[in-house]
Amino acid sequence: MSDVTIIGAGVAGLFAAHKLLGRGVIPRILDRNGPPGPHGCSWWAGGMLAPWCEGVTTEPVITRLGAAAADAWAAITPVTRLGTLVLALDRDRAELARFARRATGHQPCDSVDLEPDLPPRQGLHFAAEAHLDPRRALADLLAALAAQGITVERAEAEPADIPGPVIDARGLAAALPGLRPVRGEMAILHAPEITLTRPVRLLHPRHPLYIVPRAGGLFMLGATQIESASRAPVTARSVLELLSAAYALDPRFAESSVVELGADLRPAFPDNIPRVTLRGRVIHLNGLFRHGYLMAPALAAQAADYLTTGTKGELIHED
Amino acid sequence: MRDFYGVTLPGAMMLGTAQYPSPTIMAEAFEASSASVATVSLRREAGGGQAFWDLIRGLGLRVLPNTAGCHTAREAVTTARMAREVFQTDWIKLEVIGHADTLQPDPFGLLEAAKTLCAEGFQVFPYTTEDQVLAQRLVDAGCRVLMPWGAPIGSGMGLNNRHGLRSLRAAFPDIPMVIDAGLGLPSHAAEAMEMGFDAVLLNSAVAQAGDPVAMARAFGLAVQAGALARDADPMGVREMGMPSTPLLGKAWL
Repeated sequence: MSDVTIIGAGVAGLFAAHKLLGRGVIPRILDRNGPPGPHGCSWWAGGMLAPWCEGVTTEPVITRLGAAAADAWAAITPVTRLGTLVLALDRDRAELARFARRATGHQPCDSVDLEPDLPPRQGLHFAAEAHLDPRRALADLLAALAAQGITVERAEAEPADIPGPVIDARGLAAALPGLRPVRGEMAILHAPEITLTRPVRLLHPRHPLYIVPRAGGLFMLGATQIESASRAPVTARSVLELLSAAYALDPRFAESSVVELGADLRPAFPDNIPRVTLRGRVIHLNGLFRHGYLMAPALAAQAADYLTTGTKGELIHED
Repeated sequence: MRDFYGVTLPGAMMLGTAQYPSPTIMAEAFEASSASVATVSLRREAGGGQAFWDLIRGLGLRVLPNTAGCHTAREAVTTARMAREVFQTDWIKLEVIGHADTLQPDPFGLLEAAKTLCAEGFQVFPYTTEDQVLAQRLVDAGCRVLMPWGAPIGSGMGLNNRHGLRSLRAAFPDIPMVIDAGLGLPSHAAEAMEMGFDAVLLNSAVAQAGDPVAMARAFGLAVQAGALARDADPMGVREMGMPSTPLLGKAWL
């Protein structure tokens, strides 16, 4: 017998289930597509836990709450804690200086000391940052839940039709006021001759890029950010931009295999900060924008706190 | 004051809607800037930009859609037609990019697209250079506003060719002109207004500042200051020093 019904088995819903279980609350998880997969935007994420880099273009709450994400995930899935390397091409050196000025938590570095396999460049090292493999993390989260008897049921459900407390973590399908889609596009390359141990961000005035290494010689390239609800496949322009930036970083990427191209929509509120929206017995977890893995632990914890103790954390929103 | 296709704007600042950290900060920047026109691009967002376009309509300002990202006249014309549908306006900022690195306008594609759009009843705001021959051709095509660049888009260099811009301003006294692109600092905007331009259009200088809202306010004040100075009839430049206190009655040895 469950105490709470969670609708939506993306990173927010699954992490909420995990947090609730930890506090002795038994969740039931429903998702119209079943367990996580290419149908949900959690599948397409980069998996960077980079609250200090993100702090350059987001509100301070993201850095503050995101700083604990690596520890929260490490209890569930392998987390690589080697930081983030931020680089710029030679002619964009000014971008590096600006980023350094606006960010905290970094040291200047020579890339060759951190990633000796890359062409050497001046850079910034955000030593306390981390990364994970999002698909592995979802699988590990599912396994942790299954070990306690919780599985994802494939079922279409509306909160109104379900009795008792409901956590609605359906993303854009929840259609909350102010929630908008922000399209993101990514590529996965297979480049076994290149060795990278940590995410690399390339600052570029037109085509900023990040590359996240994954097991088996794979590299995730991301991500565009377009104010659009289009779910059409990746555009040629975006592929050109992502691949050109990767090529500029290391010409060997030209010989890599393009294993996967993906496009999906991130749900975001106008301030791009995720919310726990309270609506009677229904609690919405939504608006994770480009911070799904970074912010899901904090968002889930605040929802669980509210449900179990009535505490209202700073992501709680009442409309 | 010159009007823009019959519209007298309450303020001389036009602000772009791209590259802000969030829509909330964008809205605050608009508020702080006192901008009276919001420009918006459609090319890349086409097919799904509805939610964002609603946010822009929500600013409650006149919208000037643009054809940013178009590299041919045909693309620009198609984008302009779509913009008219989406925003229910005949205003279009016509941008036809001719060079991928400098983003400078393609004068030939620009003129071709301007002719087509003016004939279709659009009220065209062409993004152009300070070239007076091109300016004349655009006016001949039916453009009643010109938007000369200050410097390449996003470069933040300010007014790169002051002589050319002054000369263009003087050559078309009846045509309203907006300095579009290349502004990086409020002083650039003030200077453009002091030179007699009717408005400035900018985006990156505000959106990519560390504090976009503060920078928007600074630009708004600078535009007002420049316009006030222009209307106050500046004293002009002299070759010799001119004491502001009289010499008469001073000890003169």
